[in-house]
Amino acid sequence: MKAGRTLACVVLLIVVGASLAAGWLAPAGYAKQYREAADAPPSAQHWLGTDEIGRDRFARVLYGTRISLLLAPAAALLSTFLAVLVGGLAGYLGGVWARVAMAVTDLFLSLPWLFLLITVRALMPLNVSPLVSVLVTFLILGALGWTSAARVLCATAATLRSSDFVCQARASGIRGGRLFWIHVLPNLKPVLYAQFWISIPVFILSEANLGILGLGVAEPLPSWGSLLRELEGLVSVGEEPWKFVPLILLVVVVTSFQFLLSKQEEVAA
Amino acid sequence: MPGRTTLRQTMLGWSIARHGLAMLVTVLLGGLLSATLVRFAPGFDVDENQLDPRLNAASVQALRDARLQEHNVARFYYKSLMRAAHGDLGTSISLGQPVTTLLKQRAPLTLRLVSIGLLMSWSAALALALSAAWWRSASYDAVTTIVSGLFLCLPAAVLALLSVLWNVPGSLAIALIVFPRSYRYARNLLAKAYSLPHIITARAKGLSELRILLWHAMPVIGPQLLAVAGVSVSVAVGAAIPVEALCGLAGFGQLAWQAALARDLPLLVNITVLVTLVTLLANSGADVLGQALRGEHA
Repeated sequence: MKAGRTLACVVLLIVVGASLAAGWLAPAGYAKQYREAADAPPSAQHWLGTDEIGRDRFARVLYGTRISLLLAPAAALLSTFLAVLVGGLAGYLGGVWARVAMAVTDLFLSLPWLFLLITVRALMPLNVSPLVSVLVTFLILGALGWTSAARVLCATAATLRSSDFVCQARASGIRGGRLFWIHVLPNLKPVLYAQFWISIPVFILSEANLGILGLGVAEPLPSWGSLLRELEGLVSVGEEPWKFVPLILLVVVVTSFQFLLSKQEEVAA
Repeated sequence: MPGRTTLRQTMLGWSIARHGLAMLVTVLLGGLLSATLVRFAPGFDVDENQLDPRLNAASVQALRDARLQEHNVARFYYKSLMRAAHGDLGTSISLGQPVTTLLKQRAPLTLRLVSIGLLMSWSAALALALSAAWWRSASYDAVTTIVSGLFLCLPAAVLALLSVLWNVPGSLAIALIVFPRSYRYARNLLAKAYSLPHIITARAKGLSELRILLWHAMPVIGPQLLAVAGVSVSVAVGAAIPVEALCGLAGFGQLAWQAALARDLPLLVNITVLVTLVTLLANSGADVLGQALRGEHA
């Protein structure tokens, strides 16, 4: 298991490194069109061929990986922050606050995730600039993905509230925000880290789903979701196997995260 | 013991009532949220009838006044509720048809897809989990874990695309989306149950595997399995969106996707509230059944 985790770590480092070096590995960029070589198979010039309008697929995979792998953690950070705000505080305050917060959390949890995502995405304009679409997509993921983390944090904070050291701190006159900030929040850290890391693969997969459905990142910006849309036109697997590279990369990255998270999940539980 | 039976029945009745109340409150709150979304969505004030050149100024003003009356969210929600109570869920902006008619047309297909998908995924999950618990082979366990892990790493939409590519039914795609979750839970629960002292003793005494499963393991893990089954309904319903949208199946999922692309909020929020109700029903049903099962074996 340890070897598996090390391997997963190495794979993730290589993928993140390659995506960050996209400008150097694929200097032409993700939007440049080689009109004379549209829908071309892999060659020395285009390692993964070109798409139907002649853009280099290797460059798009690298830049798409960068977008998905940088913004999924950003969305995870937002969702973890919201989870602390709703769940952590509710658990710490207890009583009516906890009941109201958990009722709201349950309301969100009772909505199937993809239905909730597309409903909120539909509220935003679809014909926005690519950069805005990236921000909107990952903001929605972050703003809606806090619910399960909030439940766990609420339960943990409620346990901490009645723990000996918090009672002692309260007896020595520390109250309110200071008590939460100094004594409760630091003890929520293991659960917070676990929730943060668990959210990343979930958001990567959700972005991919939204992208394939045409509700994610807008063209010409690439993301794993938009790159996977190419699979829609395939007639057989053997026909153009290089089109599966984004899918293989996504599976490898998410599997690596799952390996790394096997310990974190125990903490979160 | 009649006294104990009456107490159990009363507790079950309370549980059903509590779940019913929770469902009602959730649906009412969800409805309020939906009404607020529709009310504040861009284009709410616009009525294309106002552009009809045959209408005179007074008629256009009357249409504007009618719209103005719906500006208050509470009043708008109340009116929507009253209409919904009479079976009128409004009209779809993009399709121009009553939402109720659209939902009635699309519901059977989604219901069939989700039911078959759930049945297939749970049959496979239970069969594999049971064989893993019976054989206790590390290599078998590793293979099934890797296979289920692989499916867990695939986005639902990719499985839908692959099902189109390999020409397999949409229900199988839903089954493959639900399978890894149900398998992992079922395997863990069964593994835990089969390491309990009374089950180890029963196996040592030579009781048949079927008897051990039905008489000793199921009473322990039944309520938890039912809870996971309730949650898997939500996963299956969510999976219906990419599967129906990408496989060209005219169900709820495809309707929701089309409504999202056309920003048809009245249709989308009605579908979402209905789906929420279905998942709540499934979860509450699983909870009540689990409680009944626990009571039976207490």
